Amino acid sequence: MRFLKFFENAPFRLYLGIALVALFVLVGVILPWFAPSDPLTWYTAPRNQNPSATYLLGTTSLGQDIFWLLTWALRNSLILGLTVAFFSTVIGVFLGLAAGYAGGWVDRVLSFLMDALLCIPTLPILILMAALFGGQLALPIIGIALALFNWPYPARQVRAVALTMREREFINVAWFSGESSVRILVRHIFPYIAGWSAANFINTVLVGISTESALAVIGLSSAQQATLGTMIYWAINYQALLAERYIWVGAPVVAIVLMFIGLFLVSSGLSMQSAARRMSV
Amino acid sequence: MRLLRYIAGRLVVYLLVVVFGLTVLFFVPRLGPTDPIEAMLAKVASQGAYMDASQVDRLRESLADTFGLSGTLLEQYWAFIKRILLTGDFGPSLSMYPTPVMELIMNALPWTFGLLLTSTLIAWVLGNFVGLLSGWKPEGTSSRVMEGIAICLYPIPYYILALVLSILFSYVWKIFPLTTTIRGAPWSWDLVTSILWNSFLPGASIVIVVFGWWVISVKAQTTAIKEEEFVRYARLKGLGDGRILTHYVLPNAILPQITFLALQIGLMFNGSLITEILFDYPGLGLLIYSAVLQGDFNLLMGTISLSVIAVATATMVIDLIYPLIDPRIRHR
Repeated sequence: MRFLKFFENAPFRLYLGIALVALFVLVGVILPWFAPSDPLTWYTAPRNQNPSATYLLGTTSLGQDIFWLLTWALRNSLILGLTVAFFSTVIGVFLGLAAGYAGGWVDRVLSFLMDALLCIPTLPILILMAALFGGQLALPIIGIALALFNWPYPARQVRAVALTMREREFINVAWFSGESSVRILVRHIFPYIAGWSAANFINTVLVGISTESALAVIGLSSAQQATLGTMIYWAINYQALLAERYIWVGAPVVAIVLMFIGLFLVSSGLSMQSAARRMSV
Repeated sequence: MRLLRYIAGRLVVYLLVVVFGLTVLFFVPRLGPTDPIEAMLAKVASQGAYMDASQVDRLRESLADTFGLSGTLLEQYWAFIKRILLTGDFGPSLSMYPTPVMELIMNALPWTFGLLLTSTLIAWVLGNFVGLLSGWKPEGTSSRVMEGIAICLYPIPYYILALVLSILFSYVWKIFPLTTTIRGAPWSWDLVTSILWNSFLPGASIVIVVFGWWVISVKAQTTAIKEEEFVRYARLKGLGDGRILTHYVLPNAILPQITFLALQIGLMFNGSLITEILFDYPGLGLLIYSAVLQGDFNLLMGTISLSVIAVATATMVIDLIYPLIDPRIRHR
């Protein structure tokens, strides 16, 4: 089991992070199916309840069950983060390899594109889009935009690896022994970028959820879907703070903080582990 | 001569990046399913302003002009780039007519830069200090505790921390103001204290997160560097811990962080925008937000173009000064 071998002597933070993230994924993926009713609908529960056995985290002043609302928000935020990370990683790895291998003007154009995209702040552009497209952005559009802005991070790293790989002896050996370039990519180069790509993937999940939430907190994300950010926005907008209903706003805040700490532990643990393994090989 | 060529090359890239960013901004309004002009008109009408048909027509025309929607796509594009890069003219603000957008931006920029620069500097000094000490004795209890705290602080988004701080210190324990109100005559002591008092929470939210990062990364650097040969040599020479730390480890631990700063400026800028909105802090973020709320397209396009230019400029400045601080890097 080559996959399991990766986790031998892994740092403690990796396990802690995986446990935290797994907890949130379970809550976000499995629990929403058991919600007694659509938690977004108003007045499905009595208003302004304190936490109790029936309403684990109490209810909002709009008569929504905060616990079930939170599970739905988690699910949507996770879906968004994972989609953004998936597409950025795929585009990034592909274009990074292309730039590193092709060299010449392809490399120059792609590298410029990466550098340029890296120093364009994403949030203002999303705000502009939201303002122009009717005050709110649907989640799929936010996802596409974020993927378009986040692929340069993996692409730069993969390009750097591809550049050094071109010069390595064992790649030449593989070439001359007649292996196809696809096989070389998969068998010899992919192991070098896999650990780092996984770390970057997790990090992009974090950035995706964080940016959507930032947009949502100021009310510019989708109002039809609950995400962690829109939950905070609703709480602030319906004066949860002035009414001292801190659980309403506190639940998504605590969820974001814990989940992000978990994601960060996984991503930094993964990169520590793959760096350590590269040293030992 | 080499230095000049390096700077010139970097400037060309910078210009290209800015043009690229503005190109993205130019095409965003054209990608949407809705006609931005009609959306703006609806927004203005929904705010209860009464206009007769000829006024609406005139507004539509002037909007088409400011959106740059007259002429072919190529002409529009060229006019847009030229107007921003050569004249820095974003037209008048629609919600605060006829104040030029540029004037509003110039009033807001010092606040944003002041907030970001001050808090980054404070976080830098604190983070380097703590990171260096905990990297020197990485197995000690206090150093492990410090790293644990840093790991818990760093992943928190700025605006979440801003929210938490404002709940704790403005709602629950009412010591800091809820929204920013600056008082006092110009250049008076009252004004200074008022600014400091109002900037404390927004600044703290940025300081805490950035501090977390510096501790993590400087600690890792220090732990690696103190095993290097030149540090062992210094120790054999009989130098004290203090001198080894400040003269041998510190310079080598700090430098790699600067490249990180260049990559993070965009993210920090994003974060500070939301922080400003949450605290009603009169910077660029609040200006963008009020432009969105009031449907002020000129102000929106101006503030966002300027955000892109500001971040690109900051990245370039860091890139340019990095080789000046690090003697090991030579200009190619």
